[in-house]
Amino acid sequence: MKASMSWLRDYVAIDLPLGELARKLTMAGAEATVIQIGGDRWQGVVIGRIAAIDLHPNADRLRLVTVDLGTQQPTVVCGAPNLRLGDKIAFAHTGAELIDGYSGQRAVLKPARIRGVTSSGMVCSEKELGISDSHEGIMVLSADAPLGQPLADFLGDTVLDLEVTPNRPDLLSVIGVAREVAALTGQSVSVAEVSYPEAGPLVAEEVAVEIADPDLCPRYCASLISGIKIGDSPGWLKERLTACGMRPINNIVDVTNYVMLEYGQPLHGFDYDKIRDKKIIVRRAGEGEVLVSLDGVERSLNREMLVIADSRRMIAIAGVMGGANSEVSRDTTSILLESASFNPASIHYTSHGLGLTSEASMRFERAVRPELTLPALRRATQLMLELAGGQAAKGIIDVYPGQKERQPINLRTSRTNQILGMELTAEQIAATLSSLGFELQKAATDGDFRVMVPYWRSDISLEVDLIEEVARVVGYEAIPATMLSSSMPRQDPAPILGLKKEVRQGLAGFGFQEVITYSLTSRELLEKVVTAHPLKPAPLHLANAMTADQEYLRTSLRGNLLSALAANIRHEDGAIRLFELGRVYLPRDNALPDEVEMLCGLLAASGGEKSWNASSETIDFFAVKGVVESLLAHLYIAGSYIEAGDSGLRPGWQAAVIVNGDKIGVIGELHSKVAEAFEILRPVYLFEVSLAALLPHALDCRPFQPIARFPAVVRDIALVVDSRVSHQQVMGIIRSFALVGKVTLFDVYTGRQVPPGKKSMAYRISFQSKDHTLTDEQADKILKEILDRLAGELGASLRA
Amino acid sequence: MSAIQQLEELKTTALAELDEIADLRRLASWRVRYLGKKSRLTGILRGLAGLSLEEKKAVGAAANKLKLTLEEGFEQWQQALRDKRVLASTEKEGIDISLPGRFQPAGRLHPVTQVTAEINDIFISMGFEVVEGPEVELDYYNFEALNIPREHPARDTMATLWVDHGTDGGQQPMLLRTHTSPMQIRVMEKVPPPLRIVVPGKVYRYEATDATHIPMFYQIEGLAVDKGITMADLKGTLYEFARRFFGEDRRVRFRCDYFPFVEPGAEMAIECAVCRGSGCRLCGSSGWIEILGAGMVHPWVLERVNIDPEIYSGFAFGMGIERIPMLRYGVDDIRLFYGSDLRFLRQF
Ligand SMILES: [Zn+2]
Repeated sequence: MKASMSWLRDYVAIDLPLGELARKLTMAGAEATVIQIGGDRWQGVVIGRIAAIDLHPNADRLRLVTVDLGTQQPTVVCGAPNLRLGDKIAFAHTGAELIDGYSGQRAVLKPARIRGVTSSGMVCSEKELGISDSHEGIMVLSADAPLGQPLADFLGDTVLDLEVTPNRPDLLSVIGVAREVAALTGQSVSVAEVSYPEAGPLVAEEVAVEIADPDLCPRYCASLISGIKIGDSPGWLKERLTACGMRPINNIVDVTNYVMLEYGQPLHGFDYDKIRDKKIIVRRAGEGEVLVSLDGVERSLNREMLVIADSRRMIAIAGVMGGANSEVSRDTTSILLESASFNPASIHYTSHGLGLTSEASMRFERAVRPELTLPALRRATQLMLELAGGQAAKGIIDVYPGQKERQPINLRTSRTNQILGMELTAEQIAATLSSLGFELQKAATDGDFRVMVPYWRSDISLEVDLIEEVARVVGYEAIPATMLSSSMPRQDPAPILGLKKEVRQGLAGFGFQEVITYSLTSRELLEKVVTAHPLKPAPLHLANAMTADQEYLRTSLRGNLLSALAANIRHEDGAIRLFELGRVYLPRDNALPDEVEMLCGLLAASGGEKSWNASSETIDFFAVKGVVESLLAHLYIAGSYIEAGDSGLRPGWQAAVIVNGDKIGVIGELHSKVAEAFEILRPVYLFEVSLAALLPHALDCRPFQPIARFPAVVRDIALVVDSRVSHQQVMGIIRSFALVGKVTLFDVYTGRQVPPGKKSMAYRISFQSKDHTLTDEQADKILKEILDRLAGELGASLRA
Repeated sequence: MSAIQQLEELKTTALAELDEIADLRRLASWRVRYLGKKSRLTGILRGLAGLSLEEKKAVGAAANKLKLTLEEGFEQWQQALRDKRVLASTEKEGIDISLPGRFQPAGRLHPVTQVTAEINDIFISMGFEVVEGPEVELDYYNFEALNIPREHPARDTMATLWVDHGTDGGQQPMLLRTHTSPMQIRVMEKVPPPLRIVVPGKVYRYEATDATHIPMFYQIEGLAVDKGITMADLKGTLYEFARRFFGEDRRVRFRCDYFPFVEPGAEMAIECAVCRGSGCRLCGSSGWIEILGAGMVHPWVLERVNIDPEIYSGFAFGMGIERIPMLRYGVDDIRLFYGSDLRFLRQF
């Protein structure tokens, strides 16, 4: 909401610096900034008159405009569509600082040659002057603008620009802002009495109003003025509208806009002669009923939308926009002026359903009080008579099915202090609310009040609403800052939080960089990471995705992570380690999806990075396996690995990660088809772990293990086994013996020194007892038993 | 060979061998060989018992003398070798210490993870517990229960992404939560007061992407409900957070604002670090940077979860997380956080 200071001063005295006023308004809920219109920003801009319009010799759409400035008559090139001989305009000399109509940046106006014609100076649009965003045509000034005068002397004003929260439609009006200013600065508001002669016939005999849907229209008021003359509004009115960011159109439309800005009540003027049978019906639209709105667009409505109709057809979309069929035109002589109250939700539905918002709908959907219709209607009628002549019919139509008795709200001083943590007296509270126009009566209990809400406020219905009003005016600065003093609630943090923290820290320690990617993705990307189709499970689809690449909720972290890798590979020649810990969204029938915390990591080999002492860092399957082994060890969890069949990974080069019999994840080399799809040429290894599956195995309490006190006996063995025998099988047998401590595989060999189809595996086994020192003989005895079983079950022999 | 002769011979070989020894490890084994429990010398000394008194005297004296000689030889040789080693290590030419070291790849946590943890820790120290909630929500939790019924203008400020889940089953509309506030309801439904929680997490908006808007970002929600919680407690808690997070010297502003699910409502801003309050491009010339929205939990919200607003009161707050590293590090494009560019992420 923009409110010009000169207009505000009509209702309230303002004697504090504007910066301070803006600060007070901001603190009280409506963020305010002071905008200087004109002033020194308009240096070199003067008022001129269009003296001649000639065709441009080299361009069809441009004109040569001669501007009369009183003393000079410069000619400039101009392409505006609304050039009219004799119009007063704002002329900028070269050197003036203007806002570029396209870039929005401030720039100094330079002489220019446009299509071969020199142009020194410019006829300005509102946007170029910083008055509004309008750049479709030049700004036309009122006819009384003094020729040759600086524009700033004529139009300059200061405007308060308020960011109004949705609960305060009353602040979408100059009088509303004046009331707020008055309450915050200890002033009072004075609004002039409205009166006008009613010389015409009885309004009730000229038009009938019927409200068919009173739940959507609690009140409908109207006045009738006949014999008016459509024309331009006077300069003062145009300037106020312009300062508030609205474009002047004609005296009738301007008055409805002016009074809307003044009172906050939207109004609409119908051409009375276009209303069939002089009957207004407020009803719901028929399904698919069509109306061309004032902006010339054909609108198809539905049963949920409220319209204003005459006896035969719709003539306006209630509270949103008038219809072209009843529009005020140059030939209009009689105006039916509507000031009504509509159901906010209904207006919101209609305006959003049609994709059509207007100054009116914006106010109505925020709830305008029905009490406001009458004073605004009377004010607008008075102003129209003043500006357009004619005579008003006797009386006013006022159909008010939604009238309700206003109920007072109980307010307790004790409760006020209890909520705010302050120590206000009943007198302070009463004075504060009175300054905002609330009426207070003392209740039976001392310090309690019965409070009547002023008719312009639609946002106050509870005691806490009043408490906020008190706090706003007293000032939030006055609220003390205290620490919570009540007892500490029980703490029981979810175990997954601790696990996530440990996993993140572990992986960062292993050199992995965390990334976070969008949970929204495309089906294409989800399908790109697997080689088996169709995609399982089917991902959740968004009904209104912004772009095609954000249409689905991810069911896997792989796609985003591989995209991230592919993008980084272009500028990273070293090995790349990435991980993401985040949710995937698995659909469930008739329920919210299962949001599973997943971990996915990628390990990509170096792309040929060179270094004088490059440690021969190998990135292969065992590197990624080592990461998962280390991570599990970091979490004090033991895992095992079995062959897996993940379609996104290379067959035979992948394993499922098993913890206590549960599959918690998978590791492996990326399937070459998947790598190809992402245009990744380097070998990539992936691990993926479900934290949800891992969580039950992450014990938070591990019993202490005593440190071995007796020395270990160590034996090395080299086995020759069939090449299909796995390390896991060998380990299974060795580990099954008591007194076996640490076992390390220290060599795997295939080649000339072993027979074909065989391999040699060398292990160092340490034997240790908890309660005595083992002798060599004892250790050798166990070793022999181990070798016997290895020979019997796996066909292993000792390497010669 | 007489014992005396044996001792002589032993002396000759032992000392000759000692002369050849060039390192401390071999010296140690020499000592075991000639002076250890299983050495010949020890054997001779043990064998004294079986000799005549005269022999005992002569051989014993010679053996002990040899023992002393060998021990002395050992000590001297050990010292000489040690000196030689020190000399060798200091005389030798040094290395080019400016050559690069073998780099340990260091991973880092995402800046949003780091900042979230930092914020969590401050609130944990004030008795709040961290909880998380679903990102796919029902209309009821995201809007209805928070006093934002259908067609409420506040919905327009939170453009919603809706999940397409068919119309069967008569389910409620499903959406991506537009704020972390639905967890206020979910927690209050389950946990009776007193409670203090913070809820960090992802939220979503139907928004075109640019330098200041992205469809997914992080928020953190706070909620405290108990008997006697006041607006002053809210202000104190938030000021304490701001003091610890932004530092002692940053001014803080607490002003009235509107959110449908709190009353009275408030907004907290901190002094712009660039212009220190005088106004600049970053803060939009106001001198202040809005950090969070807050207020006292609306009585209708409490009633909806069967908490009596006459007995209990509470406060709630919510803030966007990305803004904080943006302000702290001067990041001017929010898209960088989720672009996964290592050149960006490695800086945090
Ligand atoms: Zn600033």
